[in-house]
Amino acid sequence: MSPWVLGAVLLLCGLTVIVLVVHLVRDRAAEDGMFVLLGVTELVLLGQLVGGCIALGNTERDLDGTLFVSYLVGIALALPIGAFWSLAERSRAGTAVVLLAVLTVAALEVRLDAIWAGTA
Amino acid sequence: MNPIGTESSNALAVGWGRALVFAYGVFAVAATGRSLVQLSDDAGKAPLAYSLSLFAAIVYLVATTSLLLGGTTGWRVAAVAVSVELLGVLLVGALSYAATDLFPDKTVWSHFGQGYGFLPLVLPFAGLAWLRANRPMYG
Repeated sequence: MSPWVLGAVLLLCGLTVIVLVVHLVRDRAAEDGMFVLLGVTELVLLGQLVGGCIALGNTERDLDGTLFVSYLVGIALALPIGAFWSLAERSRAGTAVVLLAVLTVAALEVRLDAIWAGTA
Repeated sequence: MNPIGTESSNALAVGWGRALVFAYGVFAVAATGRSLVQLSDDAGKAPLAYSLSLFAAIVYLVATTSLLLGGTTGWRVAAVAVSVELLGVLLVGALSYAATDLFPDKTVWSHFGQGYGFLPLVLPFAGLAWLRANRPMYG
């Protein structure tokens, strides 16, 4: 798996986490800047889903294809579900939901890289 | 029975409960996925660890669902599920250190949830605190 995708996803997650924590501390509801970051991250994740499936088809590596694809799909689903789930809760707790979703993406991304490398 | 979430005193999935339900949901999916992969790959390799993975998955699913449904019944079921979860993570966590030969492969709960950032250890305490703060009113 491309280290650039891994780096981009983790960097975006890190940035988003910082923005979200600032929101949490200041007790402000989610606003546009945050959703732009989430949107960009989601686009990268969707690109990764497509690119990952193509890469899986072309690789000679010995890796668990079903597991790899389920991780790709899971990562792409986490943010939309989290964002949707937080919409009904326009408060700190809602921001915390999005924060959990972003942390989930980061954790899954690290695991995904390990699966691709064949070490998991 | 009231529709989901309309009874404000018994709704468990509002406010911080929403974040809690999300966390439980993530673990329900993670534990289910892990146990399915483990059981389909090689069920005979570590029967105890794999059964525990499956058991953990069921506990997380029950906890998520009951928190989501809320109400007095939801509260009771959630309290049982979260207590079982706490016992499970403490017991399996301790056993995975003490009797390593019992666990040739990992579960969500082994080493107190080390592979998951120790969140499986924190989650039941958060769950119990939330349930305690939102006890259904009687009488």
